[in-house]
Amino acid sequence: MMNSSPAGPGPAAPAATATAAPAVRVEGLTVVRGGRTVLHGLDLEVARGSITGLLGPSGCGKSTLLRAIVGVQRTAGGRVEVLGEPAGGAGLRHRVGYVTQAPSVYGDLSVIENLDYFAAVLGAPRTDPARVIAQVGLAGHERDTADRLSGGQRARVSLAAALLGTPELLVLDEPTVGLDPVLRQDLWRLFRSLADQGATLLVSSHVMDEATRCDRLLLMREGRLLADDTPAELLRSTGTADIDSAFLDLVESTR
Amino acid sequence: MNLTRTLATARRVLAQLRHDPRTVALLLVVPCVLLVLLKYMFDAQPGTFDRIGPELLGVFPLMVMFLVTSVAMLRERTSGTLERLLTMPIGKLDLLLGYAIAFGVVALVQAALASALTIGVLGLDLAGPTWAVFAVAVADGLLGMALGLLVSAFASTEFQAVQFLPAVLLPQLLLCGLFGPREDMATVLRWISDVLPLSYAVDAMSRLTTTTGVAGRTVLDLAVVGACAFAALALGAATLRRRTP
Repeated sequence: MMNSSPAGPGPAAPAATATAAPAVRVEGLTVVRGGRTVLHGLDLEVARGSITGLLGPSGCGKSTLLRAIVGVQRTAGGRVEVLGEPAGGAGLRHRVGYVTQAPSVYGDLSVIENLDYFAAVLGAPRTDPARVIAQVGLAGHERDTADRLSGGQRARVSLAAALLGTPELLVLDEPTVGLDPVLRQDLWRLFRSLADQGATLLVSSHVMDEATRCDRLLLMREGRLLADDTPAELLRSTGTADIDSAFLDLVESTR
Repeated sequence: MNLTRTLATARRVLAQLRHDPRTVALLLVVPCVLLVLLKYMFDAQPGTFDRIGPELLGVFPLMVMFLVTSVAMLRERTSGTLERLLTMPIGKLDLLLGYAIAFGVVALVQAALASALTIGVLGLDLAGPTWAVFAVAVADGLLGMALGLLVSAFASTEFQAVQFLPAVLLPQLLLCGLFGPREDMATVLRWISDVLPLSYAVDAMSRLTTTTGVAGRTVLDLAVVGACAFAALALGAATLRRRTP
């Protein structure tokens, strides 16, 4: 298991992961949507077995970047490589789990009907739906229709579907939006245990206080990367006490 | 093409229908009610019902299936589940064939009910065999389903999807020979009507009302309708894009 202590010095982290190929490698990624450039030649890497937080204000291109990594975004330039293959390749469809920002489940089906279907499409073990229901804390809601669930519960059904088949890379677009603090804590514990078992997680959020739970942070603004560092190093280099202030400091310094 | 994933999709679509009994009731009952209306509209001229009854027996299910499948596929698109599925190992044709099987089952039940009602209860006088009328009705339902799945690719809202019914089906309805012989149309319209699948569906039905047995032309018409349905499905699969702007 990789040692990914967030307290470690910044430069040490890339050196420790240099032995294994990164889970995600993005080079010069440019995305144009509706005539507007949304991502301006991004370069970044995501280390295997780690939790990387993708932070930035809404509209800064987080979701577009995640869509490019799972291979559903039409790109205008650059390369995206995931687990050693071009993003979106047929060989990756068993290995990458993806949660969209809005819960993407069938509202008219029950929780278990949703998960049984996605498990069948993935060819996941028959016991997987029960396992992921327990993982996201929805035991007892198997027969509930997704539309009748609360927003937070529906988001967790969507997350559960992404956990089916135990993917090597999980791309989660704001998975904790609208959840209460207790549930958020539970989910971050789940993310940590998945990373400890070797999975790579890329989690976007616009809640900066979730940043400290990540091994590494990517700060984005207006389609550009402001910073790519560990939370501790980010605070040290900006001389700030929290990620919010660090972000503001970085924005000021790039003006 | 993967049978497990296709069947899983068909099962899922049927489960969605099971959760929506009102839609199922409308799917099955509306064509029957319309056929009853038709029968008593021409109360004093039973010959008219015998002539256009079978033709509309094919047309009504086609329209209903078209509407339901175009909206169902659009919902798949707008709910984000399509995007999720396209990141998973499912082929685009697997997905559409899953829909086709599920709605094919509905088309089968619908055609069985409507033909039983028209021939059994309303006493439609038919020269050709009953099973052939049933077969054409099923093929028409499948065609409506496939066209609905295809056009949903071009709609981004449910308002637009519903508008495709008058845009795609009504011209076919006018040119299919239901309102007058196709031979009487302007030459250009004749040509157009020759390439529209509904013309073949209606031709097949009208031949069954006047001739005994199943003519070779009827089989050919049926094959054209089936081929058009499959072509629409394949085109629908081709319009599904894993990468979107």
